[in-house]
Amino acid sequence: MTESTRRPVLSARGIRKTFGRVVGLDGVDLDVFPGEVLAIIGDNGAGKSTLIQCLTGALVPDGGTLELDGTPVSFRRPQDAKDVGIETVYQSLAMSPALDIATNMFLGREIRRPGPLGSVFRLLDTKAMREKSMAAVQQLGIRTIQNPGQRVETLSGGQRQAIAVARAAAFGSKLVVLDEPTAALGVRESGLVLDAIKALRDRGLPVILISHNMPHVWEIADRIHIQRLGRCAGVITSSSHDMTQGVAIMTGAATL
Amino acid sequence: MSATETSTKGPAATGRGASPALRAQHVLHEHPWVSPLVLLVLSIVVFTSLNPDFAQPRAISLLLQQTAVIAALGVGQTLIIITGGIDLSVGAAAILACMSSALLSSQHGVPAPAAILIGVLIGALCGLVNGALVSRINLPPFIVTLGTLSIFTAITLMLTGGSTVQGSKMPGAMTAAGTRVPLFGLDLNVGIIVVAVLYLAVGYALGFTAWGRRVFAVGDAPEAARLAGISVSRVRLSVYIVAGVIYGIAAWVLIGRAGAASPNGVVDANLASITAVVIGGTSLFGGRGGVIGTVLGALIVQSFAIGLTLVGLDDEYRVLAVGVLVIAAVAADQWIRKVRS
Repeated sequence: MTESTRRPVLSARGIRKTFGRVVGLDGVDLDVFPGEVLAIIGDNGAGKSTLIQCLTGALVPDGGTLELDGTPVSFRRPQDAKDVGIETVYQSLAMSPALDIATNMFLGREIRRPGPLGSVFRLLDTKAMREKSMAAVQQLGIRTIQNPGQRVETLSGGQRQAIAVARAAAFGSKLVVLDEPTAALGVRESGLVLDAIKALRDRGLPVILISHNMPHVWEIADRIHIQRLGRCAGVITSSSHDMTQGVAIMTGAATL
Repeated sequence: MSATETSTKGPAATGRGASPALRAQHVLHEHPWVSPLVLLVLSIVVFTSLNPDFAQPRAISLLLQQTAVIAALGVGQTLIIITGGIDLSVGAAAILACMSSALLSSQHGVPAPAAILIGVLIGALCGLVNGALVSRINLPPFIVTLGTLSIFTAITLMLTGGSTVQGSKMPGAMTAAGTRVPLFGLDLNVGIIVVAVLYLAVGYALGFTAWGRRVFAVGDAPEAARLAGISVSRVRLSVYIVAGVIYGIAAWVLIGRAGAASPNGVVDANLASITAVVIGGTSLFGGRGGVIGTVLGALIVQSFAIGLTLVGLDDEYRVLAVGVLVIAAVAADQWIRKVRS
Protein backbone atom coordinates (compact mmCIF):
# COMPACT_ATOMS: atom_id res chain seq x y z
CA MET A 1 0.00 0.00 0.00
CA THR A 2 1.29 3.45 -0.78
CA GLU A 3 0.54 6.50 1.28
CA SER A 4 -1.48 8.11 -1.50
CA THR A 5 -4.05 5.31 -1.46
CA ARG A 6 -4.47 5.23 2.32
CA ARG A 7 -6.41 7.79 4.26
CA PRO A 8 -4.73 8.92 7.47
CA VAL A 9 -6.56 8.33 10.76
CA LEU A 10 -5.25 11.60 12.10
CA SER A 11 -3.90 14.35 9.91
CA ALA A 12 -2.34 17.58 11.21
CA ARG A 13 -1.47 20.55 9.00
CA GLY A 14 0.52 23.64 9.91
CA ILE A 15 0.31 23.22 13.70
CA ARG A 16 1.68 26.31 15.45
CA LYS A 17 2.18 26.88 19.16
CA THR A 18 4.05 29.70 20.85
CA PHE A 19 4.80 30.27 24.51
CA GLY A 20 5.25 34.01 24.88
CA ARG A 21 8.19 34.75 22.59
CA VAL A 22 9.28 31.14 22.36
CA VAL A 23 8.07 29.36 19.24
CA GLY A 24 7.36 25.76 20.28
CA LEU A 25 5.90 24.55 17.00
CA ASP A 26 6.35 26.40 13.72
CA GLY A 27 3.87 24.91 11.28
CA VAL A 28 4.16 21.12 11.69
CA ASP A 29 2.45 18.58 9.40
CA LEU A 30 1.85 15.01 10.57
CA ASP A 31 -0.12 12.01 9.31
CA VAL A 32 -0.87 8.76 11.13
CA PHE A 33 -2.12 5.87 9.04
CA PRO A 34 -4.19 2.87 10.19
CA GLY A 35 -2.21 0.10 11.84
CA GLU A 36 1.15 1.84 11.93
CA VAL A 37 3.55 2.86 14.66
CA LEU A 38 4.71 6.40 14.00
CA ALA A 39 7.71 7.36 16.11
CA ILE A 40 8.53 10.99 16.82
CA ILE A 41 12.17 11.65 17.61
CA GLY A 42 14.02 14.89 18.21
CA ASP A 43 16.44 16.62 20.51
CA ASN A 44 15.30 18.19 23.78
CA GLY A 45 13.24 21.27 23.02
CA ALA A 46 12.54 20.19 19.44
CA GLY A 47 8.81 20.27 20.18
CA LYS A 48 8.00 16.56 20.46
CA SER A 49 5.91 16.83 23.62
CA THR A 50 4.33 20.10 22.53
CA LEU A 51 3.31 18.44 19.26
CA ILE A 52 1.56 15.49 20.85
CA GLN A 53 -0.02 17.75 23.47
CA CYS A 54 -1.54 19.73 20.61
CA LEU A 55 -2.81 16.49 19.03
CA THR A 56 -4.44 15.25 22.25
CA GLY A 57 -6.09 18.36 23.67
CA ALA A 58 -3.58 18.91 26.48
CA LEU A 59 -2.55 22.13 24.72
CA VAL A 60 -4.63 24.21 22.34
CA PRO A 61 -2.59 25.09 19.22
CA ASP A 62 -2.41 28.72 18.09
CA GLY A 63 -2.81 27.75 14.45
CA GLY A 64 -3.21 24.81 12.08
CA THR A 65 -5.87 22.19 11.44
CA LEU A 66 -6.58 18.66 12.63
CA GLU A 67 -8.59 16.04 10.78
CA LEU A 68 -9.74 12.73 12.23
CA ASP A 69 -10.79 10.23 9.53
CA GLY A 70 -11.11 13.15 7.15
CA THR A 71 -13.37 15.20 9.41
CA PRO A 72 -12.03 18.48 10.87
CA VAL A 73 -11.76 18.34 14.68
CA SER A 74 -10.49 20.69 17.35
CA PHE A 75 -9.70 19.70 20.91
CA ARG A 76 -10.08 22.31 23.67
CA ARG A 77 -9.28 19.90 26.51
CA PRO A 78 -8.01 16.31 26.94
CA GLN A 79 -11.57 15.00 27.32
CA ASP A 80 -12.42 16.13 23.76
CA ALA A 81 -9.70 13.89 22.35
CA LYS A 82 -10.67 11.00 24.63
CA ASP A 83 -14.28 11.31 23.51
CA VAL A 84 -13.26 10.53 19.92
CA GLY A 85 -11.01 7.61 20.92
CA ILE A 86 -7.55 9.17 21.23
CA GLU A 87 -5.80 7.98 24.41
CA THR A 88 -2.52 9.38 25.69
CA VAL A 89 0.12 8.28 28.14
CA TYR A 90 1.84 11.45 29.26
CA GLN A 91 5.45 11.74 30.30
CA SER A 92 4.28 13.03 33.69
CA LEU A 93 2.36 9.73 34.05
CA ALA A 94 -0.99 11.39 34.79
CA MET A 95 -1.63 9.14 37.78
CA SER A 96 -3.07 10.11 41.13
CA PRO A 97 -0.59 8.52 43.59
CA ALA A 98 -2.97 8.38 46.57
CA LEU A 99 -5.65 6.49 44.66
CA ASP A 100 -5.58 2.79 43.84
CA ILE A 101 -4.83 1.18 40.48
CA ALA A 102 -8.44 0.48 39.48
CA THR A 103 -9.58 3.99 40.47
CA ASN A 104 -6.78 5.49 38.38
CA MET A 105 -7.61 3.25 35.42
CA PHE A 106 -11.22 4.44 35.48
CA LEU A 107 -10.66 8.02 36.65
CA GLY A 108 -13.06 10.24 34.73
CA ARG A 109 -15.07 7.28 33.35
CA GLU A 110 -16.06 5.38 36.48
CA ILE A 111 -18.42 2.41 36.24
CA ARG A 112 -21.54 2.50 38.41
CA ARG A 113 -23.57 -0.44 39.69
CA PRO A 114 -26.47 -1.48 37.48
CA GLY A 115 -30.01 -0.58 38.56
CA PRO A 116 -31.13 2.06 41.06
CA LEU A 117 -28.01 1.60 43.23
CA GLY A 118 -26.02 3.10 40.39
CA SER A 119 -28.50 5.51 38.85
CA VAL A 120 -30.04 6.90 42.06
CA PHE A 121 -27.34 6.32 44.68
CA ARG A 122 -24.42 6.73 42.25
CA LEU A 123 -22.78 3.65 43.81
CA LEU A 124 -19.51 2.72 42.10
CA ASP A 125 -19.02 -0.82 40.84
CA THR A 126 -15.62 -1.28 42.44
CA LYS A 127 -15.54 -5.01 41.73
CA ALA A 128 -16.14 -4.58 38.00
CA MET A 129 -13.53 -1.83 37.74
CA ARG A 130 -10.94 -3.95 39.57
CA GLU A 131 -11.62 -6.98 37.38
CA LYS A 132 -11.41 -4.97 34.17
CA SER A 133 -8.22 -3.27 35.38
CA MET A 134 -6.59 -6.62 36.05
CA ALA A 135 -7.71 -7.91 32.66
CA ALA A 136 -6.22 -4.83 30.95
CA VAL A 137 -2.95 -5.20 32.87
CA GLN A 138 -2.71 -8.91 32.13
CA GLN A 139 -3.37 -8.31 28.43
CA LEU A 140 -0.11 -6.36 28.45
CA GLY A 141 1.62 -9.33 30.04
CA ILE A 142 2.51 -7.38 33.20
CA ARG A 143 2.76 -9.98 35.94
CA THR A 144 4.24 -7.92 38.79
CA ILE A 145 0.89 -6.31 39.54
CA GLN A 146 -1.46 -8.59 41.48
CA ASN A 147 -3.75 -6.31 43.46
CA PRO A 148 -5.82 -3.68 41.63
CA GLY A 149 -6.74 -2.16 45.02
CA GLN A 150 -3.11 -1.23 45.66
CA ARG A 151 -2.35 2.48 45.82
CA VAL A 152 -0.33 3.78 42.90
CA GLU A 153 2.18 5.50 45.21
CA THR A 154 3.29 2.07 46.46
CA LEU A 155 4.22 1.05 42.89
CA SER A 156 7.56 1.54 41.20
CA GLY A 157 7.94 3.89 38.23
CA GLY A 158 7.90 0.93 35.86
CA GLN A 159 4.73 -0.49 37.33
CA ARG A 160 3.03 2.92 37.12
CA GLN A 161 4.02 3.24 33.46
CA ALA A 162 2.64 -0.22 32.78
CA ILE A 163 -0.71 0.80 34.29
CA ALA A 164 -0.77 3.98 32.22
CA VAL A 165 -0.09 2.06 29.01
CA ALA A 166 -2.71 -0.54 29.92
CA ARG A 167 -5.23 2.26 30.51
CA ALA A 168 -4.54 3.84 27.12
CA ALA A 169 -4.71 0.45 25.39
CA ALA A 170 -8.01 -0.37 27.09
CA PHE A 171 -9.78 2.84 26.12
CA GLY A 172 -8.16 3.99 22.85
CA SER A 173 -10.31 3.17 19.83
CA LYS A 174 -8.71 5.45 17.16
CA LEU A 175 -5.18 6.23 18.28
CA VAL A 176 -2.88 5.67 21.22
CA VAL A 177 -0.19 8.27 21.94
CA LEU A 178 2.74 7.30 24.15
CA ASP A 179 5.17 9.95 25.42
CA GLU A 180 8.44 8.24 26.44
CA PRO A 181 6.70 5.06 27.66
CA THR A 182 9.92 3.15 28.31
CA ALA A 183 12.04 5.97 29.74
CA ALA A 184 11.61 4.81 33.35
CA LEU A 185 11.55 1.08 32.69
CA GLY A 186 14.03 -1.72 33.09
CA VAL A 187 14.95 -3.96 30.19
CA ARG A 188 12.30 -6.60 30.84
CA GLU A 189 9.40 -4.21 31.38
CA SER A 190 10.48 -2.16 28.35
CA GLY A 191 10.18 -5.34 26.32
CA LEU A 192 6.67 -5.85 27.66
CA VAL A 193 5.63 -2.33 26.66
CA LEU A 194 7.13 -2.76 23.18
CA ASP A 195 5.26 -6.05 22.80
CA ALA A 196 2.07 -4.30 23.89
CA ILE A 197 2.62 -1.60 21.26
CA LYS A 198 3.04 -4.29 18.60
CA ALA A 199 -0.16 -5.95 19.83
CA LEU A 200 -2.00 -2.63 19.45
CA ARG A 201 -0.69 -2.21 15.92
CA ASP A 202 -1.71 -5.75 15.01
CA ARG A 203 -5.25 -4.90 16.15
CA GLY A 204 -5.13 -2.12 13.53
CA LEU A 205 -4.87 0.62 16.13
CA PRO A 206 -2.29 3.23 15.18
CA VAL A 207 0.28 4.33 17.78
CA ILE A 208 2.30 7.53 18.04
CA LEU A 209 5.43 6.91 20.07
CA ILE A 210 7.80 9.56 21.36
CA SER A 211 11.10 8.09 22.41
CA HIS A 212 14.73 8.96 23.03
CA ASN A 213 15.62 5.30 22.78
CA MET A 214 16.81 4.87 19.17
CA PRO A 215 17.11 1.05 19.25
CA HIS A 216 13.47 0.88 20.45
CA VAL A 217 12.38 3.27 17.70
CA TRP A 218 14.22 1.40 14.94
CA GLU A 219 12.87 -1.90 16.27
CA ILE A 220 9.23 -0.96 16.33
CA ALA A 221 8.44 2.10 14.19
CA ASP A 222 6.95 1.83 10.70
CA ARG A 223 7.78 5.48 10.03
CA ILE A 224 9.87 7.99 11.96
CA HIS A 225 8.93 11.67 12.16
CA ILE A 226 11.98 13.79 13.01
CA GLN A 227 11.30 17.03 14.91
CA ARG A 228 13.97 19.72 14.87
CA LEU A 229 13.70 23.29 16.24
CA GLY A 230 9.90 23.30 16.20
CA ARG A 231 9.64 21.98 12.63
CA CYS A 232 9.44 18.59 10.99
CA ALA A 233 12.90 17.87 9.57
CA GLY A 234 11.57 14.90 7.61
CA VAL A 235 9.87 11.52 7.82
CA ILE A 236 12.01 8.42 7.32
CA THR A 237 11.66 4.66 7.80
CA SER A 238 13.94 2.22 9.56
CA SER A 239 14.85 0.71 6.18
CA SER A 240 15.48 3.99 4.35
CA HIS A 241 17.90 5.33 6.98
CA ASP A 242 19.94 3.78 9.78
CA MET A 243 20.15 5.12 13.31
CA THR A 244 23.27 7.20 12.69
CA GLN A 245 21.67 8.94 9.73
CA GLY A 246 18.49 9.52 11.74
CA VAL A 247 20.40 11.07 14.63
CA ALA A 248 22.34 13.24 12.18
CA ILE A 249 19.10 14.67 10.80
CA MET A 250 17.76 15.10 14.34
CA THR A 251 20.79 17.15 15.42
CA GLY A 252 21.05 19.14 12.19
CA ALA A 253 24.36 17.52 11.10
CA ALA A 254 22.58 16.28 7.97
CA THR A 255 19.42 17.28 6.13
CA LEU A 256 16.91 15.09 4.38
CA MET B 1 15.07 2.10 37.87
CA SER B 2 15.82 -1.62 37.51
CA ALA B 3 13.40 -4.41 36.76
CA THR B 4 14.10 -6.22 40.02
CA GLU B 5 13.30 -3.06 41.96
CA THR B 6 9.99 -2.68 40.17
CA SER B 7 8.82 -6.14 41.05
CA THR B 8 9.66 -6.08 44.76
CA LYS B 9 9.30 -2.55 46.08
CA GLY B 10 5.58 -2.28 46.86
CA PRO B 11 4.79 -5.58 48.59
CA ALA B 12 8.14 -5.92 50.40
CA ALA B 13 7.66 -2.76 52.46
CA THR B 14 4.45 -4.12 54.00
CA GLY B 15 5.66 -7.70 54.28
CA ARG B 16 6.86 -9.62 57.30
CA GLY B 17 10.44 -8.49 56.87
CA ALA B 18 9.62 -4.82 57.48
CA SER B 19 10.47 -3.10 60.78
CA PRO B 20 7.57 -2.33 63.17
CA ALA B 21 7.92 1.42 62.53
CA LEU B 22 7.72 0.90 58.79
CA ARG B 23 4.70 -1.35 59.16
CA ALA B 24 2.97 1.23 61.42
CA GLN B 25 3.74 3.88 58.82
CA HIS B 26 2.06 1.80 56.15
CA VAL B 27 -1.02 1.03 58.24
CA LEU B 28 -1.45 4.75 59.05
CA HIS B 29 -0.86 5.59 55.42
CA GLU B 30 -3.60 3.22 54.32
CA HIS B 31 -6.02 4.15 57.13
CA PRO B 32 -5.48 7.77 58.31
CA TRP B 33 -8.23 7.45 60.93
CA VAL B 34 -6.32 4.86 63.00
CA SER B 35 -4.14 7.35 64.87
CA PRO B 36 -7.04 9.61 66.01
CA LEU B 37 -8.98 6.50 67.06
CA VAL B 38 -6.07 5.30 69.20
CA LEU B 39 -5.73 8.80 70.65
CA LEU B 40 -9.44 9.03 71.50
CA VAL B 41 -9.43 5.62 73.21
CA LEU B 42 -6.30 6.62 75.13
CA SER B 43 -7.84 9.91 76.18
CA ILE B 44 -10.99 8.11 77.42
CA VAL B 45 -8.94 5.51 79.33
CA VAL B 46 -6.67 8.11 80.95
CA PHE B 47 -9.47 10.50 81.96
CA THR B 48 -11.66 7.65 83.24
CA SER B 49 -8.82 6.35 85.41
CA LEU B 50 -8.32 9.86 86.81
CA ASN B 51 -12.04 10.47 87.34
CA PRO B 52 -14.58 7.63 86.86
CA ASP B 53 -17.32 10.21 86.18
CA PHE B 54 -15.81 10.60 82.69
CA ALA B 55 -17.18 7.24 81.52
CA GLN B 56 -20.67 7.94 82.89
CA PRO B 57 -23.56 8.43 80.41
CA ARG B 58 -23.92 12.03 81.60
CA ALA B 59 -20.38 13.00 80.58
CA ILE B 60 -20.56 11.05 77.32
CA SER B 61 -23.89 12.73 76.43
CA LEU B 62 -22.34 16.13 77.16
CA LEU B 63 -19.34 15.21 75.01
CA LEU B 64 -21.59 14.38 72.04
CA GLN B 65 -23.78 17.47 72.53
CA GLN B 66 -20.77 19.78 72.66
CA THR B 67 -19.07 18.14 69.68
CA ALA B 68 -22.04 18.17 67.28
CA VAL B 69 -21.69 21.66 65.78
CA ILE B 70 -17.91 21.59 65.26
CA ALA B 71 -18.18 18.04 63.95
CA ALA B 72 -20.79 19.20 61.41
CA LEU B 73 -18.70 22.18 60.28
CA GLY B 74 -15.72 19.81 60.15
CA VAL B 75 -17.42 17.72 57.45
CA GLY B 76 -17.42 20.70 55.09
CA GLN B 77 -13.90 21.66 56.13
CA THR B 78 -12.72 18.07 55.46
CA LEU B 79 -14.06 18.12 51.90
CA ILE B 80 -12.32 21.41 51.19
CA ILE B 81 -9.01 20.34 52.75
CA ILE B 82 -9.05 17.07 50.75
CA THR B 83 -9.06 19.18 47.56
CA GLY B 84 -5.97 20.96 48.89
CA GLY B 85 -7.91 24.04 50.00
CA ILE B 86 -8.83 25.52 53.37
CA ASP B 87 -11.88 27.43 54.61
CA LEU B 88 -11.33 30.19 57.15
CA SER B 89 -14.85 31.53 56.58
CA VAL B 90 -16.62 28.40 57.90
CA GLY B 91 -17.80 29.96 61.17
CA ALA B 92 -18.72 33.27 59.57
CA ALA B 93 -20.77 31.50 56.87
CA ALA B 94 -22.57 29.37 59.48
CA ILE B 95 -23.38 32.44 61.61
CA LEU B 96 -24.66 34.33 58.56
CA ALA B 97 -26.96 31.40 57.71
CA CYS B 98 -27.98 31.07 61.35
CA MET B 99 -28.81 34.76 61.89
CA SER B 100 -30.61 35.10 58.54
CA SER B 101 -33.00 32.24 59.27
CA ALA B 102 -33.46 33.42 62.89
CA LEU B 103 -34.33 36.98 61.82
CA LEU B 104 -36.65 35.80 59.02
CA SER B 105 -38.59 33.49 61.32
CA SER B 106 -38.72 35.83 64.33
CA GLN B 107 -39.30 39.24 62.76
CA HIS B 108 -40.64 38.66 59.26
CA GLY B 109 -43.12 35.87 59.90
CA VAL B 110 -41.42 33.38 57.59
CA PRO B 111 -42.47 29.83 58.54
CA ALA B 112 -39.69 27.84 60.20
CA PRO B 113 -39.18 25.22 57.44
CA ALA B 114 -38.81 27.98 54.84
CA ALA B 115 -36.48 29.95 57.11
CA ILE B 116 -34.31 26.86 57.71
CA LEU B 117 -34.21 26.17 53.97
CA ILE B 118 -33.22 29.78 53.28
CA GLY B 119 -30.46 29.40 55.89
CA VAL B 120 -29.14 26.34 54.03
CA LEU B 121 -29.32 28.24 50.72
CA ILE B 122 -27.40 31.16 52.23
CA GLY B 123 -24.74 28.67 53.35
CA ALA B 124 -24.65 27.33 49.79
CA LEU B 125 -24.35 30.87 48.45
CA CYS B 126 -21.38 31.54 50.76
CA GLY B 127 -19.79 28.34 49.41
CA LEU B 128 -20.55 29.42 45.85
CA VAL B 129 -18.75 32.75 46.41
CA ASN B 130 -15.68 31.02 47.90
CA GLY B 131 -15.73 28.26 45.28
CA ALA B 132 -16.10 30.61 42.33
CA LEU B 133 -13.19 32.76 43.48
CA VAL B 134 -11.02 29.68 44.11
CA SER B 135 -11.92 27.62 41.04
CA ARG B 136 -12.70 30.19 38.36
CA ILE B 137 -10.32 33.05 39.20
CA ASN B 138 -7.72 30.71 40.71
CA LEU B 139 -7.16 32.73 43.87
CA PRO B 140 -5.53 30.91 46.82
CA PRO B 141 -8.23 29.46 49.13
CA PHE B 142 -6.46 30.87 52.20
CA ILE B 143 -6.75 34.44 50.94
CA VAL B 144 -10.25 34.04 49.49
CA THR B 145 -11.71 32.67 52.71
CA LEU B 146 -9.76 35.13 54.86
CA GLY B 147 -11.52 37.85 52.87
CA THR B 148 -14.95 36.26 52.97
CA LEU B 149 -14.49 35.64 56.73
CA SER B 150 -14.55 39.43 57.14
CA ILE B 151 -17.25 39.96 54.53
CA PHE B 152 -19.68 37.37 55.94
CA THR B 153 -19.07 38.66 59.49
CA ALA B 154 -19.70 42.25 58.41
CA ILE B 155 -22.96 41.31 56.62
CA THR B 156 -24.12 39.46 59.74
CA LEU B 157 -23.46 42.51 61.91
CA MET B 158 -25.25 44.79 59.43
CA LEU B 159 -28.29 42.48 59.47
CA THR B 160 -28.46 42.01 63.23
CA GLY B 161 -26.84 45.09 64.70
CA GLY B 162 -25.02 42.59 66.91
CA SER B 163 -28.04 41.49 68.88
CA THR B 164 -29.04 37.93 69.73
CA VAL B 165 -32.39 36.40 68.74
CA GLN B 166 -33.76 34.45 71.70
CA GLY B 167 -35.19 31.00 71.07
CA SER B 168 -38.53 32.03 72.57
CA LYS B 169 -38.99 34.62 69.78
CA MET B 170 -38.66 31.98 67.06
CA PRO B 171 -41.11 29.25 65.98
CA GLY B 172 -40.49 25.95 67.78
CA ALA B 173 -39.04 24.18 64.72
CA MET B 174 -36.16 26.67 64.65
CA THR B 175 -34.82 25.27 67.93
CA ALA B 176 -35.98 21.69 67.33
CA ALA B 177 -32.41 20.44 66.87
CA GLY B 178 -32.06 20.77 70.65
CA THR B 179 -34.99 18.41 71.32
CA ARG B 180 -33.83 15.61 73.62
CA VAL B 181 -33.71 12.08 72.24
CA PRO B 182 -32.92 9.41 74.87
CA LEU B 183 -31.05 6.63 73.07
CA PHE B 184 -28.80 3.78 74.31
CA GLY B 185 -29.09 5.24 77.83
CA LEU B 186 -27.57 8.49 76.57
CA ASP B 187 -29.12 11.93 76.50
CA LEU B 188 -28.86 12.73 72.78
CA ASN B 189 -30.72 15.35 70.74
CA VAL B 190 -32.09 15.78 67.22
CA GLY B 191 -29.02 17.81 66.21
CA ILE B 192 -26.63 14.96 67.06
CA ILE B 193 -28.69 12.59 64.92
CA VAL B 194 -28.76 15.06 62.02
CA VAL B 195 -24.96 15.38 62.24
CA ALA B 196 -24.60 11.58 62.32
CA VAL B 197 -26.71 11.31 59.15
CA LEU B 198 -24.58 14.06 57.58
CA TYR B 199 -21.46 12.00 58.28
CA LEU B 200 -22.98 8.87 56.78
CA ALA B 201 -24.07 10.76 53.66
CA VAL B 202 -20.76 12.53 53.05
CA GLY B 203 -18.74 9.45 54.00
CA TYR B 204 -20.73 7.49 51.41
CA ALA B 205 -20.32 10.16 48.74
CA LEU B 206 -16.55 10.36 49.34
CA GLY B 207 -15.93 6.63 49.48
CA PHE B 208 -18.40 5.10 47.07
CA THR B 209 -19.24 7.56 44.29
CA ALA B 210 -17.31 8.87 41.30
CA TRP B 211 -17.61 12.39 42.73
CA GLY B 212 -15.77 11.30 45.88
CA ARG B 213 -12.97 9.64 43.91
CA ARG B 214 -12.61 12.83 41.87
CA VAL B 215 -12.46 15.02 44.99
CA PHE B 216 -9.45 12.99 46.14
CA ALA B 217 -7.88 12.99 42.68
CA VAL B 218 -8.19 16.78 42.40
CA GLY B 219 -6.53 17.27 45.79
CA ASP B 220 -3.83 14.68 45.19
CA ALA B 221 -2.70 15.46 41.64
CA PRO B 222 -4.75 18.19 39.89
CA GLU B 223 -2.78 17.91 36.65
CA ALA B 224 -3.30 14.13 36.52
CA ALA B 225 -7.01 14.66 37.18
CA ARG B 226 -7.20 17.20 34.35
CA LEU B 227 -5.41 14.87 31.93
CA ALA B 228 -7.82 12.09 32.95
CA GLY B 229 -10.60 14.32 31.64
CA ILE B 230 -11.90 15.62 34.96
CA SER B 231 -12.94 19.27 35.16
CA VAL B 232 -10.85 20.28 38.16
CA SER B 233 -12.53 23.65 38.58
CA ARG B 234 -16.01 22.10 38.50
CA VAL B 235 -15.06 19.56 41.18
CA ARG B 236 -13.55 22.33 43.35
CA LEU B 237 -16.64 24.51 42.92
CA SER B 238 -18.94 21.61 43.83
CA VAL B 239 -16.95 20.93 46.99
CA TYR B 240 -17.25 24.52 48.23
CA ILE B 241 -20.99 24.56 47.52
CA VAL B 242 -21.56 21.21 49.28
CA ALA B 243 -19.54 22.53 52.23
CA GLY B 244 -21.75 25.65 52.26
CA VAL B 245 -24.90 23.51 52.38
CA ILE B 246 -23.40 21.62 55.31
CA TYR B 247 -22.65 24.93 57.10
CA GLY B 248 -26.30 25.90 56.58
CA ILE B 249 -27.45 22.66 58.20
CA ALA B 250 -24.90 23.13 61.01
CA ALA B 251 -26.39 26.60 61.57
CA TRP B 252 -29.75 25.05 62.42
CA VAL B 253 -28.04 22.52 64.73
CA LEU B 254 -26.28 25.47 66.39
CA ILE B 255 -29.55 27.34 67.06
CA GLY B 256 -30.97 24.20 68.66
CA ARG B 257 -27.87 23.63 70.77
CA ALA B 258 -27.69 27.25 72.04
CA GLY B 259 -31.47 27.73 72.26
CA ALA B 260 -30.87 31.08 70.56
CA ALA B 261 -29.16 32.62 67.54
CA SER B 262 -26.20 34.79 68.47
CA PRO B 263 -23.90 36.65 66.08
CA ASN B 264 -21.07 35.73 68.46
CA GLY B 265 -21.86 32.00 68.18
CA VAL B 266 -19.07 29.89 66.72
CA VAL B 267 -16.56 32.68 66.09
CA ASP B 268 -13.55 30.37 66.49
CA ALA B 269 -15.11 27.58 64.40
CA ASN B 270 -12.56 27.99 61.62
CA LEU B 271 -9.64 27.06 63.85
CA ALA B 272 -11.66 24.46 65.77
CA SER B 273 -12.81 22.73 62.58
CA ILE B 274 -9.35 22.81 60.99
CA THR B 275 -7.96 21.38 64.25
CA ALA B 276 -10.50 18.54 64.15
CA VAL B 277 -9.68 17.78 60.51
CA VAL B 278 -5.91 17.82 61.06
CA ILE B 279 -6.00 15.73 64.25
CA GLY B 280 -8.31 13.41 62.31
CA GLY B 281 -5.47 12.54 59.96
CA THR B 282 -6.58 14.44 56.85
CA SER B 283 -3.56 15.88 55.09
CA LEU B 284 -3.37 19.67 54.65
CA PHE B 285 -1.61 18.95 51.35
CA GLY B 286 -4.81 17.41 49.99
CA GLY B 287 -5.69 14.04 48.52
CA ARG B 288 -5.61 12.01 51.73
CA GLY B 289 -8.01 11.71 54.66
CA GLY B 290 -11.71 11.37 55.33
CA VAL B 291 -14.64 12.27 57.54
CA ILE B 292 -14.25 9.43 60.05
CA GLY B 293 -11.01 11.03 61.23
CA THR B 294 -12.68 14.42 61.54
CA VAL B 295 -15.41 13.27 63.93
CA LEU B 296 -12.73 11.50 66.00
CA GLY B 297 -10.62 14.66 65.95
CA ALA B 298 -13.56 16.79 67.12
CA LEU B 299 -14.32 14.25 69.88
CA ILE B 300 -10.69 14.25 71.02
CA VAL B 301 -10.62 18.04 71.43
CA GLN B 302 -13.94 18.03 73.30
CA SER B 303 -12.93 15.04 75.46
CA PHE B 304 -9.89 17.03 76.56
CA ALA B 305 -12.17 19.93 77.51
CA ILE B 306 -14.49 17.75 79.60
CA GLY B 307 -11.75 15.49 80.96
CA LEU B 308 -9.51 18.31 82.13
CA THR B 309 -12.48 20.04 83.78
CA LEU B 310 -13.40 16.82 85.61
CA VAL B 311 -9.78 16.43 86.73
CA GLY B 312 -9.96 20.01 88.01
CA LEU B 313 -7.58 21.71 85.57
CA ASP B 314 -8.36 25.06 83.96
CA ASP B 315 -9.30 25.55 80.31
CA GLU B 316 -5.84 26.85 79.37
CA TYR B 317 -4.53 23.30 79.73
CA ARG B 318 -7.00 22.19 77.06
CA VAL B 319 -5.82 25.00 74.79
CA LEU B 320 -2.21 23.96 75.43
CA ALA B 321 -2.95 20.29 74.78
CA VAL B 322 -4.81 21.05 71.53
CA GLY B 323 -1.89 23.16 70.31
CA VAL B 324 0.55 20.32 70.97
CA LEU B 325 -1.82 17.83 69.28
CA VAL B 326 -2.19 19.88 66.10
CA ILE B 327 1.56 20.18 65.64
CA ALA B 328 2.03 16.48 66.45
CA ALA B 329 -0.69 15.55 63.96
CA VAL B 330 0.89 17.55 61.13
CA ALA B 331 4.33 16.13 61.97
CA ALA B 332 2.84 12.63 61.89
CA ASP B 333 1.27 13.39 58.51
CA GLN B 334 4.65 14.44 57.09
CA TRP B 335 6.16 11.18 58.33
CA ILE B 336 3.32 9.09 56.92
CA ARG B 337 3.52 10.81 53.54
CA LYS B 338 7.14 9.68 53.17
CA VAL B 339 5.82 6.26 52.15
CA ARG B 340 5.18 7.81 48.78
CA SER B 341 8.78 8.38 47.74
